[in-house]
Amino acid sequence: MAEYQNIFTSVQIRGPAYAGVPLTGGSWVRQGKPRFVHWLGTFGDAQLGPIYLGFTGIASLFFGFVAFEIIGLNMLASVNWNFIEFVRQLPWLALEPPAPATGLHIPALNQGGWWLMAGFFMTTSVILWWVRMYRRARALGMGTHVAWAFAAAIWLMLVLGFIRPLLMGHWSEAVPFGIFPHLDWTAAFSIRYGNLFYCPFHMLSIAFLYGSTLLFAMHGATILAVSRFGGDREIEQIVDRGTAAERAALFWRWTMGFNATVESIHRWAWWFAVLCPLVGGIGILLSGTVVDNWYLWSVKHGVAPMYPAIFHVTPPTMDGVPQ
Amino acid sequence: MSTTCAVYRRTASGGGMCALLLAGLLLAGCERPPMASTQQGYRGLGMVQVTDPRLPQPANNAVPAPLPHAQIAPGSPLAGDTFKNVQVLKDVPSAEFARLMVAMTTWVAPQQGCTYCHAGSDLASDALYTKVVARRMLQMTRHINSDWGKHVGTTGVTCFSCHRGKNVPEYIWFKDPGPAHPSMTAGNRAGQNAPSPVVRLAALPNDPFTTFLQDPTEIRVVQEVALRQDGSMGPSIKNTEQTYGLMMNITQALGVNCTFCHNSRSFFDWDQSTPQRATAWYGIRLVRDLNMNFLMPLHAVFPPNRLGPTGDSPKLDCATCHQGVHKPLNGVSMVGDYPELRGAAPAPAN
Repeated sequence: MAEYQNIFTSVQIRGPAYAGVPLTGGSWVRQGKPRFVHWLGTFGDAQLGPIYLGFTGIASLFFGFVAFEIIGLNMLASVNWNFIEFVRQLPWLALEPPAPATGLHIPALNQGGWWLMAGFFMTTSVILWWVRMYRRARALGMGTHVAWAFAAAIWLMLVLGFIRPLLMGHWSEAVPFGIFPHLDWTAAFSIRYGNLFYCPFHMLSIAFLYGSTLLFAMHGATILAVSRFGGDREIEQIVDRGTAAERAALFWRWTMGFNATVESIHRWAWWFAVLCPLVGGIGILLSGTVVDNWYLWSVKHGVAPMYPAIFHVTPPTMDGVPQ
Repeated sequence: MSTTCAVYRRTASGGGMCALLLAGLLLAGCERPPMASTQQGYRGLGMVQVTDPRLPQPANNAVPAPLPHAQIAPGSPLAGDTFKNVQVLKDVPSAEFARLMVAMTTWVAPQQGCTYCHAGSDLASDALYTKVVARRMLQMTRHINSDWGKHVGTTGVTCFSCHRGKNVPEYIWFKDPGPAHPSMTAGNRAGQNAPSPVVRLAALPNDPFTTFLQDPTEIRVVQEVALRQDGSMGPSIKNTEQTYGLMMNITQALGVNCTFCHNSRSFFDWDQSTPQRATAWYGIRLVRDLNMNFLMPLHAVFPPNRLGPTGDSPKLDCATCHQGVHKPLNGVSMVGDYPELRGAAPAPAN
């Protein structure tokens, strides 16, 4: 008899196709006839569909598609419409924001106008998807926690691509759309503002990022470890004594004295995940608008340690060399 | 049931093989450990040079043996008196002058010999452009050795520092002509976002030469104040990317990493930088000086096949002389054997 206790799902639980709870009035209908896919069942629910797209879903996909096309076709144009080069060079290709001289004006299409358009369509798409998430949660009578967690990520995206460039007065400050180019941009951003590792909001963001992975590993491992006792039905067991969920809690109390509850562990995870982009966005927003050199800021506030100087370099000048 | 289990096992071993293959593919481009690391700064700060001892050493660094010195008696004739049309090395004894000419031939035109620069038997003729360029390059060499001691020290340079037995030094640059068929309506690469070897395959702006080694564009982008002081934005992120591209190029030219010059915790801070950063600072100004005052003015002298795709003069960058090592020719000084290349104001002796 197979047991439901592995780190990989070795058993598929499959019931009859289920369309979901009835929709409230005014909604669109769910589309598609439900199907079962064995491979989906190996890592999730085997039932595929029906899906509820609705107006915001369709509009979001449309705007997202337009942004995707603007970016992709610009990349293709940049390699002279050569598909082989497009594939070879894809990691390097990008749609670049306008030059610094543009300020906040609307540039010509090939001088950053395409970038501005792609940003508009992408942002609209993401915000429409947020509205859809919010409304789907409400339609199911749920809280809107998922939507607000998503909003934290949208905040960071908007800070990087819209709010900070607006405050700096230059579209050129924003991130290019491209794989390597956005990474080079990130490294350049840190260098320009005197090393982002000295930004306390960046520190917090890293702590929440790593903290999220730690919490996720602890929680996932704990629930899997008690799934042999039905611990995966954690919510049903939340208030009862002697359940798998209580065993999981006891494990941590014995291990480190303190334990989260089955409910509060999810608050821990939610806050860590949400705070990661939230505080990161604050750090980005302050760079260049308020703080120009995070290293010197850290020195000023006693954060950065000093080490013995051993080189004693005299800053070079043009004195005594040909002008 | 047992059949199912066997299937699972086969799948698992197949999956394991796939994972191994994938890991192999992912790691195929990596160099295997251990790396050699040399500490440069205060301990624990990552001020180290990391090198792969199994990589082949940069070629071309073998230094040719100096030619035997000519016997110069006091009062022996000077080149300016013996030969016609000597403009730079007038005050050099004729025998020493002839020795230098032979050395220059082996450094720059070992295959072609004297006639690479000299038109037939008339050694005084300026008919060949190569002779005009060579004269200017002699002036340049003396200028470097006498005026740029802050970069070349007493080691100095000779023609061989860059030429290494070739008519044209291996590492030169021309202005990047940009894409061959630029679209006017879409696909603007903005001078970056291409796998360019100039910036070590980063997506950074890939013509740092024109920006920094021809034009005196400000390289330093980090502001030395904690808080933003006035309404001006200061250097943009795009300026920073350009500087970053130049620095990538320099690391390649010198075969070093960032911490050879900088403490990466605060790139801008001279107090935490190594002395090499100051040397490099002078080096960048030296290259600008040479490009602006020696190479670019030779534009009219060069025949079209020596000019770049946009019709510009060949120009220098750090790699022209360094060729992958932080001390060109591994620090061997050749100019001591050819003191006439030291120029008018010799650098102080060791």
